[in-house]
Amino acid sequence: MLALELVAQGLVQGSIYALIALGLTLVYGLLRILHVAHAALFTLGAYVGVMVYNATGNLPLAFALAMVVAGLAGVATFRLAYQPILSQPPFVALIASIGLYIAAEETFRVVFGASGLSFATPPLQGQVALFGGIQFKTAELMVMLGTALIIAALGWLQTRTRVGVACQATVSDPQMAESFGISLRKVRDINFFVGSALAGFAGVWVALLNNLVEPTMGSVPSYKALAIIVLGGLGSVRGTLAAALVLGVVEAFGTIYLGKLLDRNAIAFAFLILVLMLRPQGLFATR
Amino acid sequence: MDYEISLLTTMSISVLFALSLNLITGFCGQISLGHATFLGIGAYVTALLGKAGLPFLATLPLSMLLAGAIGAVVGLASLRVRADFLAVTTMGVGFLFVGIIRQQDWLGGELGISGIGGSGLSKTGFMLLALLSTAAVAALCLYIRASWMGRVFNGVAEDEDTMRVLGIDVPRYKLAAFAIGTALAGLAGALYAHHLQFIGPDSFGFVESVTVLSMVVVGGIGSVPGVVIAAALLSALPAWFQFIGDYKLLVYGGLLFLMMRFSPGGMAGLMSRFFNPVQTSAKGER
Repeated sequence: MLALELVAQGLVQGSIYALIALGLTLVYGLLRILHVAHAALFTLGAYVGVMVYNATGNLPLAFALAMVVAGLAGVATFRLAYQPILSQPPFVALIASIGLYIAAEETFRVVFGASGLSFATPPLQGQVALFGGIQFKTAELMVMLGTALIIAALGWLQTRTRVGVACQATVSDPQMAESFGISLRKVRDINFFVGSALAGFAGVWVALLNNLVEPTMGSVPSYKALAIIVLGGLGSVRGTLAAALVLGVVEAFGTIYLGKLLDRNAIAFAFLILVLMLRPQGLFATR
Repeated sequence: MDYEISLLTTMSISVLFALSLNLITGFCGQISLGHATFLGIGAYVTALLGKAGLPFLATLPLSMLLAGAIGAVVGLASLRVRADFLAVTTMGVGFLFVGIIRQQDWLGGELGISGIGGSGLSKTGFMLLALLSTAAVAALCLYIRASWMGRVFNGVAEDEDTMRVLGIDVPRYKLAAFAIGTALAGLAGALYAHHLQFIGPDSFGFVESVTVLSMVVVGGIGSVPGVVIAAALLSALPAWFQFIGDYKLLVYGGLLFLMMRFSPGGMAGLMSRFFNPVQTSAKGER
């Protein structure tokens, strides 16, 4: 019974991880940048979501606007911050990204205050019992459902539409793709838009689950999402999804059984190091 | 005057710490996002042994020894994974270290260890010790850079596979870089513990690892003078920025970003552009 509950908890957490890390994978696959500032877009989405919901009471609208704003901010980040330093060694983009993340976190704090915002009347807070008595919040069920839907949609877009195929071609061989008339610029913009919109989407879910958005809510995702995409074998969408869910479950069990020895982060990273030493290419690398 | 002495000591320890990472990341090209771990190991060794009654100067080599030994073990990871994978692995080591410290009561747990002291030196004396150690480490770095080992490090950073083809024992040199760099970080940690007289898990977390990496990158990866200047400036920045109070971190993050965005070569790049404008602009056009 406890085991089942822990699995459920892990999958909820894993779904959130998956949403954040998937966006990061899209960006990483294309540009090979460890994009720490991705977590700032996650926070941005959460703020937009809460403010729109508090103003209108319309949850779908809150999600839509959060995704659009985060997506546009992502494209702006790419054009203004990364594009000019793409030819530099990877350290440079990493440090630029960290600087950007710190500045963004502080901007949220200065503009919206350190104590954060919450929903005036939080939606989706009802309790549902499933599988013989495991309690779920409605929001928790919805986040798993939402993640599954988004990922199915993303998979369909990537394999069945011209734009998706163009993106895949660009990831595997940018030069060849360009010579076939694919606009690299457009593909990069689209990837940043979609990836950042996913981060915004995740942000609103976390806001719903905790009924709180605060400036520092992105600091854990900023590094854990990196760990997840590495665990999944950098740049692989399916691997990232699996790694996120596995990590969520490992953390849920770890905090119960190893909590005396290590804290939550340490458990996640002990698992990561173990996996990387055994399989340096990541858990589910295809290449 | 006390304030200046204390600030100078802090700056000097930061420079020493940044130089130790520069040896691994700058010279040998092995990125590390968990370098604060070794600062921590050095600090905890000296604090615990000091409490057990060992004299300060005797704990210094032991701090370096343990930090270097664990550093060599972490270096083994660099033989298995490269580049971004290594960055995330070392980041993991950092979180593991902090996670372990947090849960162990004999290491002070969440509360840390306070009342570390008894270096037996006056404040000025301690500052001189820190400055001397830092100067010695800077000299060592310059020496290594010019030596055969330094050239191999450079080769590994540029193109590891070619070095292998040339018959160089790459793993040995990588481990050497990790062992020396982390041992020096241990020395910085020991000085740090005795300077602040308090250490806790939060003093050695991800933020510190990122800060020291940003010192190295802002200075200009691999450049000894660049890293010295960057580490000295960045460590003093928060103190100088007291007057902007609430916006301190905002300015720090913004500067970090702007520096990388407009001068990716760091301060070393800026300096060479300033002294040698024609050559660098020609390079940029290529």
